[in-house]
Amino acid sequence: MATSVLDHAGAAGIHPERTGLWAWITTVDHKKVGILYGASAFVFFLIGGLEALVIRWQLMKPDNNFVSAEFYNQLFTMHGTTMIFLAVMPLSAMFFNFFIPLLIGARDVAFPRLNAFSYWVFLAGALFLNSSFLFNAAPNGGWFGYANLSSKQYSPGLNMDFWAMGLQILGIASLAAGVNFFVTVLNMRAPGMKLIRMPMFVWMSFITQLLVLLSFPIITVALILLMIDRLFGTNFFVPLGGGDTMLWQHLFWVFGHPEVYILILPAFGIISEILPVFSRKPLFGYTAMVFSGCFIAFLGFGVWSHHMFSTGMGPIADSVFSLATMLIAIPTGVKVFNWLGTTWGGSIQMKTPMYFALGFIAMFIMGGLSGVMHSSAPADLQQTDTYFVVAHFHYVLFGGSIFALTAGAYYWWPKMFGHMLDEGLGKVHFWLMLIGFNLTFFPMHIVGLEGMPRRVYTYPAGLGFESLNRLETIGALILGFSFLVFIVNVLKSSRSGVAAPADPWNGATLEWAIPSPPQEFNFPSIPTVHGRDALWEAKRAHGGKLPEPVRVSGAGIHLPNPSYWPFLAALGVVLIFIALMHHEAKYGLLYIAAAVALLFFSIFNWVFEPAEG
Amino acid sequence: MDHRFKRWRSFAGALLLLTLLVVVVVSAQSDPFPQSTLRPKGDFALMVDKLFRTTLFWATLVFVLVEGALVFVIFKFRGKPDDPEPKQVHGNTMVEVIWTAIPALVLAMIAVPTVRTIFRTYEIPKGDGVLRVEVIGHQWWWEFRYPELGLTTANELHVPVGRTVALKMVTQDVLHSFWIPQLAAKRDIFNNRSTTLWFKAAEAGDYPGQCAEFCGLEHGRMAFQVIAQASDDFDLYVGRMQATGGPVAATAVADTGAQLFMMKGCIGCHSLDATKPMGIGPNLAGIGRRRYIAAGWLEDTDANLAKWIQHPQGVKPGVMMPELGVTEAEALALVAFLRQH
Repeated sequence: MATSVLDHAGAAGIHPERTGLWAWITTVDHKKVGILYGASAFVFFLIGGLEALVIRWQLMKPDNNFVSAEFYNQLFTMHGTTMIFLAVMPLSAMFFNFFIPLLIGARDVAFPRLNAFSYWVFLAGALFLNSSFLFNAAPNGGWFGYANLSSKQYSPGLNMDFWAMGLQILGIASLAAGVNFFVTVLNMRAPGMKLIRMPMFVWMSFITQLLVLLSFPIITVALILLMIDRLFGTNFFVPLGGGDTMLWQHLFWVFGHPEVYILILPAFGIISEILPVFSRKPLFGYTAMVFSGCFIAFLGFGVWSHHMFSTGMGPIADSVFSLATMLIAIPTGVKVFNWLGTTWGGSIQMKTPMYFALGFIAMFIMGGLSGVMHSSAPADLQQTDTYFVVAHFHYVLFGGSIFALTAGAYYWWPKMFGHMLDEGLGKVHFWLMLIGFNLTFFPMHIVGLEGMPRRVYTYPAGLGFESLNRLETIGALILGFSFLVFIVNVLKSSRSGVAAPADPWNGATLEWAIPSPPQEFNFPSIPTVHGRDALWEAKRAHGGKLPEPVRVSGAGIHLPNPSYWPFLAALGVVLIFIALMHHEAKYGLLYIAAAVALLFFSIFNWVFEPAEG
Repeated sequence: MDHRFKRWRSFAGALLLLTLLVVVVVSAQSDPFPQSTLRPKGDFALMVDKLFRTTLFWATLVFVLVEGALVFVIFKFRGKPDDPEPKQVHGNTMVEVIWTAIPALVLAMIAVPTVRTIFRTYEIPKGDGVLRVEVIGHQWWWEFRYPELGLTTANELHVPVGRTVALKMVTQDVLHSFWIPQLAAKRDIFNNRSTTLWFKAAEAGDYPGQCAEFCGLEHGRMAFQVIAQASDDFDLYVGRMQATGGPVAATAVADTGAQLFMMKGCIGCHSLDATKPMGIGPNLAGIGRRRYIAAGWLEDTDANLAKWIQHPQGVKPGVMMPELGVTEAEALALVAFLRQH
């Protein structure tokens, strides 16, 4: 059926889409940018996963010397940094890019070239950060880069320079994207798409952008201070020079805790799209879901010091941050209960996306509850910096974010690429992932409580950690294997997958109204929205399934011009930082000036380039 | 029929997972865990453990109820593609109020003992009965000083059973965290302000602990031992340590060792007198009777000590102690000399 629609469309004389490398470099199409984000992030996810497997192999037995202490420290630093900034955030960005415009009935994001710029800066920053491995100088001070270990005195190599600068570059990408999607959601919605009618994924993404806009400036400030401490000898975080190591911890976690919600709120959004569709029932308690999301984001800025209970801030601060942290459990619980309410009384269709969505709920509950357990400051004095915490945040970020992102991938794959993924392989992937995940991370709760600290490159025999660590390593191998199944599924389906109709799942939202994959302009005419679950409403009004939409020529629809200036501007950004690393070289200042010139030249041309035509 | 089989298959999957978790828990029970937080032997750790068990109880209860509801939903409301559309429900305000209020009540059950315990953790014991100890963190070893007794030692902290010990802690270089799981908990240590921790050991025994804040290359090997001993034994220990500055019996090989200790420059960093702190390398007074060397890493045997003296960078790469070109014979002489201290 679907193929015949495509054939028909081809016959109607539609412009062939631009292809080839140049088309990807100059693209400003939010869907292409989304795919670029997704593909790059998946590669970095695999790299981060490989780092994790080496870590697990090293910890498989006591006194192991599979890797050196130095390399181990680089591995866990890069594993954390990679998974947070190069995998989960950009995988979310893939969904923001591809689906926010589709879900709100728009033709593109508010600033298409800024969008391309965000992606290229992200890629440049990610490559910059990982290039450190080539110089045997990968960051080695932890993803949290605590002062004063990160100071020039105690980390003399280039390692932490790569870290401090790489994260600044990535921060520029996140901030540019944050502005873009914030404005897109506010200004680009289709007629009738009131804020309170927006799909929950758009709502949660919108809140996420707000968190990005408010929290990334803080880490940027901290990173700039650290950078000039290291490059130019200032003393912001150097105690001997009157600096304060606690200042770093506060700045880092005032960013770092909202960052957790930046990683999990998009996942909440994805789950809130999938559960109703596969329960054939609207989201339970829509308003409560919106407000609990807002409440979580708001409280997320008031709990940062629960990462610092062991620093001894005093009883008042400990109590306030304990109670505020417990308070966050309430809106989070409301979300879980509303998800259960959505499925309750539904007609649950057990397709692969639903497996992962239900798996998400089951695993996220675990992560949430262990989180409540160390919101209690004195209890946290035992748990912090042990494997109990490692278990906790992997249940949130893997059991939560990654399960949800995988659910989203299976759910939206037909829309993005025009063919279905294999259901059988999808379910094999799910079961392997669920079992591998629990086998890896559940024992960490126990081994942590039994006294194993984090970030140790080995442990002696005799502390009783052996058997649990061996089990964790086996689990990690199963977990790694599950993603091989996913890759096989993707490859197999891209060759022989069933072509996807416009609406394979009986979807509730606007993206399912247009052909799979969507045409460059998304909607031939901008839809008018009359309520929540706009497509379900339309189908109900129509009295059943809508006819398969046909591909149209799109003549006369204005789309932004392709541009290579965002790419060059991004190059300018990363070159500035590379030049900064060489500021003491003979022509160091000249390098910096040249990179700044490239950035300004690119922005200048970008500004005066006609945007449409 | 097929439908029922699928249902059974999911059930089998869930069961398998549960079995795995049980296996994990049971296999964990068979190991001895000397560094465990779950078997407290000190008042501070006991107080924290009580709170932990309260949170564990409520977390487990909520876990069972909510996961149970999830499993119930999956089996109860399983539909087929051609089933009629279920009743379209958009929400229920009363239900929202209830499932906001109940978690709030559960959290109150945790919050009240939490705040009460927080204040207790900061009540630093004072008075004559309290043994004061200063802890100084170094990359990557621990220095312990008893200001009232005029003693300094390293990596092995002796304390009397039944007497409160108050720790005042700072770092000499980067941040560390002092963690003694069975007796107290952990507290980070800083450069420009001191932090505190206290505990009273209830039973004699050797309690392992280690640094819990990432502190660079050898963070994984920055361990220590707390030796809790009966009052008399502790007094004996103190007496012995206070005498470490005195003369030692001379033997030929130990004399060679004594000369090497000077010539090789060991003396530049290590004091052999517990009453004379140096603060660069660990104080070696009483090294002959310690359980471990290299910050809780190697058992204190003659062979290990000789290996360590010869090749510190091989045993613990990056450690501050340099390779001094000590031959095996010289190392053995040094060991003989150190065994007298």
